[in-house]
Amino acid sequence: MLILRCPYCGVHADETELTPGGEAHLTRPGPGASDDDFEGYLFRRRNPRGVHFERWCHTCGCGKWFHAARCTVTHQVFGTYSAQTTEPPGAIIAAIRARRPDWTPT
Amino acid sequence: MRRYSAFAIVREALRHHSGWERAWTAPAPKPCYDVIIVGAGGHGLATAYYLGKIHKITNVAVIEKGWLGGGNTGRNTTIIRSNYLQDPSAAIYEKARALYETLSQDLNYNVMFSPRGVIMLAQTEHEVRGYRRTAHANALQGVQTAFISPERVRELCPIIALDGPRYPVLGGLWQARGGTARHDAVAWGYARACSAMGMDIIQQCAVTGIRSRNGQVTGVETTQGAIACARLGIVVAGHSGVLADMAGFRLPIESVALQALVSEPIKPCMDVVVMANTVHGYMSQSDKGEMVIGGGADGYNTYAQRGSFHHIEDTVRALIETFPMISRLKMLRHWGGIVDMTGDRSPIISKTPLGNCFINCGWGTGGFKAIPGSGWAMAELMARGTSDLAGPFALDRFRAGRFIDESVAAGVAH
Ligand SMILES: Cc1cc2nc3c(=O)[nH]c(=O)nc-3n(C[C@H](O)[C@H](O)[C@H](O)COP(=O)(O)OP(=O)(O)OC[C@H]3O[C@@H](n4cnc5c(N)ncnc54)[C@H](O)[C@@H]3O)c2cc1C
Ligand SMILES: [Zn+2]
Repeated sequence: MLILRCPYCGVHADETELTPGGEAHLTRPGPGASDDDFEGYLFRRRNPRGVHFERWCHTCGCGKWFHAARCTVTHQVFGTYSAQTTEPPGAIIAAIRARRPDWTPT
Repeated sequence: MRRYSAFAIVREALRHHSGWERAWTAPAPKPCYDVIIVGAGGHGLATAYYLGKIHKITNVAVIEKGWLGGGNTGRNTTIIRSNYLQDPSAAIYEKARALYETLSQDLNYNVMFSPRGVIMLAQTEHEVRGYRRTAHANALQGVQTAFISPERVRELCPIIALDGPRYPVLGGLWQARGGTARHDAVAWGYARACSAMGMDIIQQCAVTGIRSRNGQVTGVETTQGAIACARLGIVVAGHSGVLADMAGFRLPIESVALQALVSEPIKPCMDVVVMANTVHGYMSQSDKGEMVIGGGADGYNTYAQRGSFHHIEDTVRALIETFPMISRLKMLRHWGGIVDMTGDRSPIISKTPLGNCFINCGWGTGGFKAIPGSGWAMAELMARGTSDLAGPFALDRFRAGRFIDESVAAGVAH
């Protein structure tokens, strides 16, 4: 069973307590953006086989949305972090690099 | 290729089964093909088969990283039906169902198509309205279905408890010519027929890169070396995002795990397929007597080919209420497959941003039933550049907002 630590309340929550919310760090394009940008924002996903930055909600706990970095093949969790950010923090990137030297952010 | 027949069985019985041939050859890749198909699941093999049979293109290789049929084709619960809501879906799923009716004869390989009938239970007022609407839509589309009463459900499947406290049965959508088929046999039958037409099925060969020049595909890199091709078809289900990444584009697809399980074999007790979409569970009995049960999909991205156990618990808990007699059964095996989900729960059969590179994916939790129709449409698209069956399922529908919304019909069940 997948267990993630909620960065807000500190609880180690198992997945039945959490709701998955898909890829993290999608940026909504502004007014005047092209159809292509909007299609990308709404539908196109990285869907990587490997490191994935994703949103989770601690539904049955504090109710807050947070982010996690997880490997989609092994379910190894590299860390969880606040949703109040537009990109993964340096500490998370360092934690991934330490365990996956070949990994490059895309 | 020697044909299978009753006569062949007698002949081989008399000579100690020494004359059976390999069903397909195991060639080394040639340097170049007219068409390469990546992925030897049902959809990839059916594409190759109809390229040869209908369009006479036989210089074809099907490249598979594992063994053929080892992906979702060999992991699914084999429900075949065509009672979808939208016209483009009805067209392609009904084409597939109709081809299944004569597939064994066509391939000279017994795929054990069993049109035993499929009931989709209506267990909420919402579902009653939804399925009545589907039955009307199907009548207009020429797909034979009917909305049936709880009493008729009991006649068709006596082991159902109609008045469970939480999930009462209020009726059902019945498709009499839906049913099941043997999943491996579908892959094997197509593979044998492709091999007989001179196509190369290359197993244990993973595609690791896609080569292109001036925006046109020129070939693939594989674990057995580079292979050139004039046209490329990507048909890899849960791994579509990985292949699209190699080709330089992104898809409106996310990969998640879907699970199934089977019980110990018991005496025949159920000769129809029953789907209970409200509780994300469905069940049929295999010829061996096992109860084959499908569950819900995980909500998060994964390539791990195993799902979360709590979905199994949820599914079984709900099914026991509808089928009290299964409560004492032991479950024997449980497994998962990686399914490719699109936003509108409809597939993609399309050209791609890379020239002469085509993709067939997004069948998600319900593509086994579609294998013959999908292969038919994909072959037509690759051979002719257009296909009426495939047209509505093009990749550009997401940009244009022309969704083919099957979230109710496809749900999570099949
Ligand atoms: C548990 C479960 C139950 C299901 N139940 C039903 C059902 O009842 N009814 C129904 O209609 N559908 C059902 N489905 C869905 C159905 O199984 C799929 O939609 C269908 O089998 C997809 O077939 P495919 O040929 O596209 O993919 P697959 O059979 O998965 O074939 C894709 C192939 O591509 C290969 N591949 C991947 N990457 C590479 C690479 N880099 N190089 C070479 N080869 C590669 C894989 O090894 C694989 O063999 C179910 C699925 C699951 C998982
Ligand atoms: Zn919390």
